[in-house]
Amino acid sequence: MRHRKYPFIVGFLFLPVLLYTVLVIWPYIQTFGYSLTDWSGVSPSMNFVGFKNYTALLHDDIFMTALGHNLLLIVLLPVVTIVLALFFAFMLNVGGRGGTGGIQGVRGAGFYKVVFFFPQVLSVAILAVLFEAVYRSDGGGLLNGVLIKLGLENAQQPILWLSDPDLVFWCILAVLIWSGVGFYLVMFSAAMQSIPKDIYEAALLDGSGRGQTFFKITIPLLWDTIQTAWVYLAIAAMDAFALVSTMTPPAGIYGGGPNHRSEVLATYLMRNFLPFGKAGYACAMGVVIFFITLILSVVSLRVTRRERIEY
Amino acid sequence: MGSAIEYNRRDIFKRAAAITVLAAGGGSLLAACAGGTGSSSGGGSASPGGGSAGNPFGVKASDPLDVVIFKGGYGDDYAKDFEAIYVKDYPGAKISHLGTTDIAGKLQPRFNAGSPPDIVDNSGASQLKLDVLAKNNQLTELTPLLDAPYLDDPTKKVRDVLLPGTLDAGTIDGKVWSLNYVYTVFGLWYSNKLFQEKGWTPPKTWDDFMTLCATIKAAGIAPFAHQGKYPYYANYTLMDLIAKQGGPDLFKRLDACDPTAYDDPAVKAGVTAFYEIMDKDYLLPGTNGMTHTESQTAWCQGKAAFIPCGSWLENEMIKITPADFDMAFLPVPSLAGDKMPPNTLRAGAGEPFIVPKQAKNNAGGLEFLRIMLTKEASGKFAAAANSLTVLKDGVGADVVLKPGTKSSSTALTAAGTNTFYYTYPDVQTEFDTALQAATADLCAKRIGPDQWIAAAKAAASKVKPA
Repeated sequence: MRHRKYPFIVGFLFLPVLLYTVLVIWPYIQTFGYSLTDWSGVSPSMNFVGFKNYTALLHDDIFMTALGHNLLLIVLLPVVTIVLALFFAFMLNVGGRGGTGGIQGVRGAGFYKVVFFFPQVLSVAILAVLFEAVYRSDGGGLLNGVLIKLGLENAQQPILWLSDPDLVFWCILAVLIWSGVGFYLVMFSAAMQSIPKDIYEAALLDGSGRGQTFFKITIPLLWDTIQTAWVYLAIAAMDAFALVSTMTPPAGIYGGGPNHRSEVLATYLMRNFLPFGKAGYACAMGVVIFFITLILSVVSLRVTRRERIEY
Repeated sequence: MGSAIEYNRRDIFKRAAAITVLAAGGGSLLAACAGGTGSSSGGGSASPGGGSAGNPFGVKASDPLDVVIFKGGYGDDYAKDFEAIYVKDYPGAKISHLGTTDIAGKLQPRFNAGSPPDIVDNSGASQLKLDVLAKNNQLTELTPLLDAPYLDDPTKKVRDVLLPGTLDAGTIDGKVWSLNYVYTVFGLWYSNKLFQEKGWTPPKTWDDFMTLCATIKAAGIAPFAHQGKYPYYANYTLMDLIAKQGGPDLFKRLDACDPTAYDDPAVKAGVTAFYEIMDKDYLLPGTNGMTHTESQTAWCQGKAAFIPCGSWLENEMIKITPADFDMAFLPVPSLAGDKMPPNTLRAGAGEPFIVPKQAKNNAGGLEFLRIMLTKEASGKFAAAANSLTVLKDGVGADVVLKPGTKSSSTALTAAGTNTFYYTYPDVQTEFDTALQAATADLCAKRIGPDQWIAAAKAAASKVKPA
């Protein structure tokens, strides 16, 4: 009977593997092929140029700036998002005053969970519109309006936020964190709820405070989930395309400004691919992004590997 | 590499377009066009012998006419007006009208089947590429139309009544394939009501402009707003100052992205003049970070006096503009020592109309174009879409125009042949992007005029000669 098993498995796997090959693997291979050409993106004719696109990338200051921004995002976005999400999740689940009722979250935890998760149900397009109103560059913007009312800023010299080269990156990072925390909060909450209450109660009986409980019990028991969150967030940090291209100037050509100060690899790639007609060059960037993402995922999974605690 | 391309959506689309167009070209369906010559020259020509002086293309009154209009910012009501005029002239004609934003989607199958419409407003995001259509012999060459007698005045030819530069965009290798119908004028805009209330006179020279800006600022209004998130609007002022200062030769070199053009003293004079706006703090607070909607709305609300824009502004802002706003147009004021006359302004034609070669009523399509260029039709368009057409003095005194359109029409008449139109934003996107970034920096005072020139020169020197 054993020989009948494999055709059965293959029969089930054939379609998904075929789809995966045609829709994922093959485009990657194609992209690599195109990255060795001077393809314009609008004509079927192209020439083989070897690794010229890759050497050009090394000398492309804007590409390096964009790469730098992505790497900064990779460091900051997961750290800040996970720390905030963990903190909130802890407060909502086990951070409440321990009373006779045992382990519980702060008062109104159910309400806060919904509120925190809310950004996650907004589409990126809505986020962009929402935060354009928040960051609006005159007194009509939420931030500027408040600052002016509080007398902290001169209405004649409002802060430009998204059009200020020194602020634009941080503005985008803030939106990414704001929109991400809710999801990871819910994810961590779910994981925390699966931790047996007796463990917490035992810790309480032994006289451990909130801090100790958090660092010595919650984090070790959540490590798997945190690891997953880290990889997801690192991949999100490699992207950031939607927000940067819709919110930053110059509008209409994938943003990234002012002066490439919010440029990320994906926006620079798209600008080269479509408006500039340098599709071969853009494909070379795509290949670089692919390898960086791959390496990052592997590294972060390896580095964060720990012994699994069974309970 | 051909097979490797199949999964690229853009390319599939392009290829499909090319294939359908080719298929249509080879199709055996006969066009009903009376004078289809089938000449090997590749240029279509409409019935040279079929017509009389009054009916040069030999239109049969009983032939139906099939019209497809891009229903974008200008709507398609104006075309229904044109159709009414056509029916008046050719009473038997049954008109079929389609207004759509999806030109390629609607028309590709029809080109493919060899039965395209008789006249198409080939515009918008999904327009069919003019060069692809022309190369595949799908279009009627428009020289017979241009040489036909003009309807309002048969002593003139149609080509004599067009505004300068009209045919440039539709011409490929000396042959005219499309008639671009809408004429866009670029410059500064202000509220005439505001100016009359305050007793301000629209400035003619840049010095007057700066003096007036000081007065405006003293009155508590920001003198100048621009669409900071889209820095190319500011270039409508900056690049125009430079063009007018440097004259036609420098303009040509700038438009061709010649890096040495930026060494010309006229460039420095233009940028320095423009920079005075920032230097003297005449910008609307926050305008550097605003979208076109935000800044134009602030301007409509009277928070700023001047804003640079093209003549679509009035129609774009029509719902927000106060009824008594009295929008008015001002060509970019002249600098001392300008090589172009003070009335000179940036202007060019858009909204391409084509007559497919395989159209059943090809002659009717040409006649429709001829009707579009009458003063009556042009006036109807101006009134319905609040924009000017390519017809010289195209709007009669009887047509009631919105104030902004009227004002830009007056300015255009005053300019006469003194117009110019930069093509680099359409054909040199990378250069334009760099120039926009430099202008954004200049407007935010992050760089000064000299650094702007250096940045522009560096961007131009990266442009590969075509």
